[in-house]
Amino acid sequence: MRPFSYERARTPADAAAAAARTPGAKFIAGGTNLLDLMKLEIETPPHLIDVNGLSLDTVAPTPDGGLRIGALVRNTDLAADDRVRRDYGLLSRALLAGASGQLRNKATTAGNLLQRTRCPYFYDTAQPCNKRQPGSGCAAIGGFSRQLAVIGGSEACIATHPSDMAVAMRALDATVETVRPDGATRGIPIAEFHRLPGDTPHIETALEPGELITAVTLPKPLGGRHIYRKVRDRASYAFALVAVGAILQPDGSGRVALGGVAHKPWRVEAAEAELPRGAKAAAAALLAGAKPTPENAFKLPLVERTLAAVLAQAKG
Amino acid sequence: MDPLADLDMTRRGLLMGTAATVALTVGSLPMPARAATGEPAPQPVASPVTATVSFTVNGTAHDLALDTRTTLLDALREHLHLTGPKKGCDHGQCGACTVIVDGRRINSCLSLAVMHQGDRITTIEGLGTPDKLHPMQAAFVKHDGYQCGYCTPGQICSAVAVLKEIEDGIPSHATADLTARPRLTADELRERMSGNICRCGAYSNIVDAITEVAGREA
Amino acid sequence: MKFDTPATTNPIDQLKVVGVSTSRIDGPLKTTGTAPYAYERHDVVPNQAYGYVVGAGIGKGRIASLSVAAAKAAPGVLAVVTADNAGKLGKGRLNIAKLLGGPEIDHYHQAVALVVAESFEQARAAAQLIRVEYERGEGRFDLAQAKAAMGDAADAKKEDSNVGDFAAAFAAAPVKLDETYRTPDQSHAMMEPHATVAAWEGDRLTVWTSNQMVDWTTGDLARTLGMPKEKVRLISPFVGGGFGGKLFLRADTLLAALGARAAGRPVKVALQRPLMMNNTTHRPATIQRIRIGATADGRITAIAHESWSGNLPDGKPENAVDQTRLLYAGANRLTGNRLAVLDLPEGNAMRAPGEAPGLMALEIAMDEMAERLGLDPVEFRIRNDTQVDPEKPERPFSKRQLVECLRVGAERFGWDKRNPRPGATRDGDWLVGIGMAAAFRNNLLTKSAARVRLDTRGVVTVETDMTDIGTGSYTIIAQTAAEMMGVGLDRVVVRLGDSSFPVSAGSGGQWGANNATAGVYAACVKLREAVAQRLGVNSADAQFADGQVRSGNRSVPLAQAAGGGELSAEDAIEYGDLGKRYQQSTFGGHFVEVAVDAATGETRVRRMLAVCAAGRILNPLSARSQVIGAMTMGVGAALMEELAVDTRSGFFVNHDLAGYEVPVHADIPHQEVIFLDETDPISSPMKAKGVGELGLCGVGAAVANAVYNATGVRVRDYPVTLDKLLDRLPPLA
Repeated sequence: MRPFSYERARTPADAAAAAARTPGAKFIAGGTNLLDLMKLEIETPPHLIDVNGLSLDTVAPTPDGGLRIGALVRNTDLAADDRVRRDYGLLSRALLAGASGQLRNKATTAGNLLQRTRCPYFYDTAQPCNKRQPGSGCAAIGGFSRQLAVIGGSEACIATHPSDMAVAMRALDATVETVRPDGATRGIPIAEFHRLPGDTPHIETALEPGELITAVTLPKPLGGRHIYRKVRDRASYAFALVAVGAILQPDGSGRVALGGVAHKPWRVEAAEAELPRGAKAAAAALLAGAKPTPENAFKLPLVERTLAAVLAQAKG
Repeated sequence: MDPLADLDMTRRGLLMGTAATVALTVGSLPMPARAATGEPAPQPVASPVTATVSFTVNGTAHDLALDTRTTLLDALREHLHLTGPKKGCDHGQCGACTVIVDGRRINSCLSLAVMHQGDRITTIEGLGTPDKLHPMQAAFVKHDGYQCGYCTPGQICSAVAVLKEIEDGIPSHATADLTARPRLTADELRERMSGNICRCGAYSNIVDAITEVAGREA
Repeated sequence: MKFDTPATTNPIDQLKVVGVSTSRIDGPLKTTGTAPYAYERHDVVPNQAYGYVVGAGIGKGRIASLSVAAAKAAPGVLAVVTADNAGKLGKGRLNIAKLLGGPEIDHYHQAVALVVAESFEQARAAAQLIRVEYERGEGRFDLAQAKAAMGDAADAKKEDSNVGDFAAAFAAAPVKLDETYRTPDQSHAMMEPHATVAAWEGDRLTVWTSNQMVDWTTGDLARTLGMPKEKVRLISPFVGGGFGGKLFLRADTLLAALGARAAGRPVKVALQRPLMMNNTTHRPATIQRIRIGATADGRITAIAHESWSGNLPDGKPENAVDQTRLLYAGANRLTGNRLAVLDLPEGNAMRAPGEAPGLMALEIAMDEMAERLGLDPVEFRIRNDTQVDPEKPERPFSKRQLVECLRVGAERFGWDKRNPRPGATRDGDWLVGIGMAAAFRNNLLTKSAARVRLDTRGVVTVETDMTDIGTGSYTIIAQTAAEMMGVGLDRVVVRLGDSSFPVSAGSGGQWGANNATAGVYAACVKLREAVAQRLGVNSADAQFADGQVRSGNRSVPLAQAAGGGELSAEDAIEYGDLGKRYQQSTFGGHFVEVAVDAATGETRVRRMLAVCAAGRILNPLSARSQVIGAMTMGVGAALMEELAVDTRSGFFVNHDLAGYEVPVHADIPHQEVIFLDETDPISSPMKAKGVGELGLCGVGAAVANAVYNATGVRVRDYPVTLDKLLDRLPPLA
């Protein structure tokens, strides 16, 4: 870990301005991913801006019947929020399927969205990785890829996004609210927040330098059955092989997003029209164009079978 | 878009030579050949930055001046010389470093000490002593809920916090009905304790120990 | 004390303390975090500096250039140790690869440098400034490829064990099986990383470390540093897990010593977790071919077990076939362990080396064979029991209760309720199955010494270099001394893990409990004689009980014997040829119920039972813990553990505790253990054997067999992950 200076920000605007003052500065809240990466010098910020003092830790109703989740709401608190449990069960379930109790107590809503991949080659700094060191190559392609992406990857990168929460956010059509160093605010639809790797896998989100997430808003509740099914080798404290997040209505319509298959939470709105026809049709549409490796080709039937189980559970 | 103008870590990734920067002369990996790397020499490390922080540990106030890079775990172990919080992985993958901060359990290895200004920190040493064991510690002894002992302080800190989480109505992955209060079942305990790895495999006994304490408290 | 005839009645048989479930005497320390492990020894020497290890970034080749200038100039840096400046180093007798690499690199993450700095943060940052350029060599990293290159010529090698005429008997057998099984590389993944504090005082070196075998490692440290063993002291009183990974001198200890010498002050080093899996040893992967031929009524007539594993040059093979020489009857036998040279990190012992992977294969094969015979798997094993070494029928087992283990287990587990038809039992979304396997692990006898002292307060202090790696050594040694000297546990002090103490068996191969307590027994016998002499009584009829020594109608407080000064006795247990005349082994049966998600193929274990016959159980509480812990490791081996090999660059890719998954709480149900009432007087005066490895042996196969029973899918390639089941699970609506 390289030496860094440290300051505590008092307001979001302060924080964003501080980021603008120091090139390469990073915000830190929970720190559960950033510090992990800093220890390996995969992240090397010269300056950290502690945003924990910002008053962004509440969940509040929005005028249009949705919820506004402060960027600093801890994963534990968000999963335990009565309104989330009642109206956005998918989100609560996804959060609870992730990490461990200790990590959820620290990890924040914004930080969870900004998690970086757990690709083992990204973590091993002796290995080439276009995400960690652009232009160095991708050791994962042709390497140990069992956990990695089956769709949306590129010649440069087949990493997956590790978040469970983000899968739920994607299915719920959340909006990411931010403030930029110049004080301007904007809302980024979750669909546009995470990027595919293309030839710039090191650029993972739509955030600009110094831009700070202040909240994530959810539209009004959709009703229906909320199911999050995370499939993994061990029963807990593991990243997904695949995850299926679904909101299903009594008439058979619904929404589905996948985790563990792509560089971002994977949702294809057009594929959802196939849901009433069953898992096979919906999975085929969701994963059209998939390019798995021999090691992770099992994820395609696994998605289909998991989705089938989710659809059956919704009916049952 | 110029990729170097984007995230800072990218630019540094290019510039920084590290122990891990490998240049190959033979091999099939898509790596730059040695002659072509042209990697700049490593930059000298900037001087450490010291910051002050005050917090209480097991009821005792401490004012520390620390390298900003110091984790809470290393502050406890290397500066306050506590032997309870353990370093098993230093990356949030094992739970041996679990301590309770302001009533909540966290991985102290993934938290900077300077970020704990004013916090109340409880480590295993704050729960009980060899002469006066906390009920959870006594239950671990009775049920042999440990073997090598290295994950044990983290397990016990977690166990104490888990019972409070259930009492506070915080749900878990094992909670069948999200809208109901979580119940104290073995499955709930197993799921909630899963962030504490015990390679010796004392899990079955640990759950027995926690169950006994929970029953006594109920 | 020479042990060369079977034990008769001795003071241990009183079983007032030994054999009684006893909470660990180190429990209050461990549960309060006050038991100090190596890296926490702030108390032993002041002014400790911090070391951080740099590992090689290639699997095979050499260092072209190594630049330490930037690191040396970094803030707080005191020294940088590399092969260039470390001076001439030898190699430990028990090390295969060098612990400090350069210029040749033998394996990935082999240490190439240690940076020593005032603080951990400074050492870590400076380590990143070391620039290494490599010339990559051609490495051999693929076991399957290496096996193929060995060709069929590997058959019937001279190192194989042959009895009868396997080929002819197999050809003639009416029912047969010929299958190949694979087990992956596995990591010990103990919770405490390898760690050492090293301090020099002139030419004397002291290391506070975490090591299972104090004497081995003291010797290898001296050998590597080229100094007399007498000038090295090694202290290892608490070991945060080992499982074979801390049997040997490792890089943390050597580098701490070198770093301390270079920096001129004490240095402490812990291997960074992401470095451990490639830097240290692992259990090597195996490919195992098993052939079994039997009569129609299920008597084995021919059995062959061949295993291929890889290791660095001069390394040893994984002895995966060895149990097959002893476990089942059969007149015609062929077994062989074959070794391919691989440039992966060093393969070496991990809990139950040989038997653990060997039984993972053999006990699936037995399940398959039972099915082909139309026999119940329990019955098939019982039918092929043997009470003698099948290769040397004149050599009996000292005690063999395998059949009893299987019968008791079957009854207690409800085996009769198992549906023998695979894939036929459903519980909602789950496919449910039950499986079993036999457990077998040898009982190894090793000389073990101890010193026992009696002070004026009547306190008995035991000193031996034995280690407690979670096994409960402190407690069973205290129980042994208490029983022998007739005092309560509160009057016994046990001091372990110090090379200045008498040399014990150490912790490994499940030999620790029996041998180390037998050594304490021997020392106590000597102390009893000294006490009797001091008190002027006849040692032959003296009774040691309740803190008193009784002889005839005279009763004297034990403490009085030390009235004229502390009494001390030292002795060792040394074994004659009982281990040759008798085959000494431990036995068990594992029974497992699993549920496999019919949609996803995720396997979750629902019930587990182990029945063990392993001689006298010295402390049922901690022995049970050893077994459940081993069962847990067996679940990991069955369902998730695999070091993924990148066969291009030659390293284990998933080299941390997130990537290498071991079981967590949620994977493990309530576990049951039954110990058969047994003593083995041929083993030692303690009449005990070991259980710590037995508990692992066979578990993997029991799980795999249960998965087969649940799904009808036979997986012969561990771990049994869902991707290997998926295409053969029932179609979904």
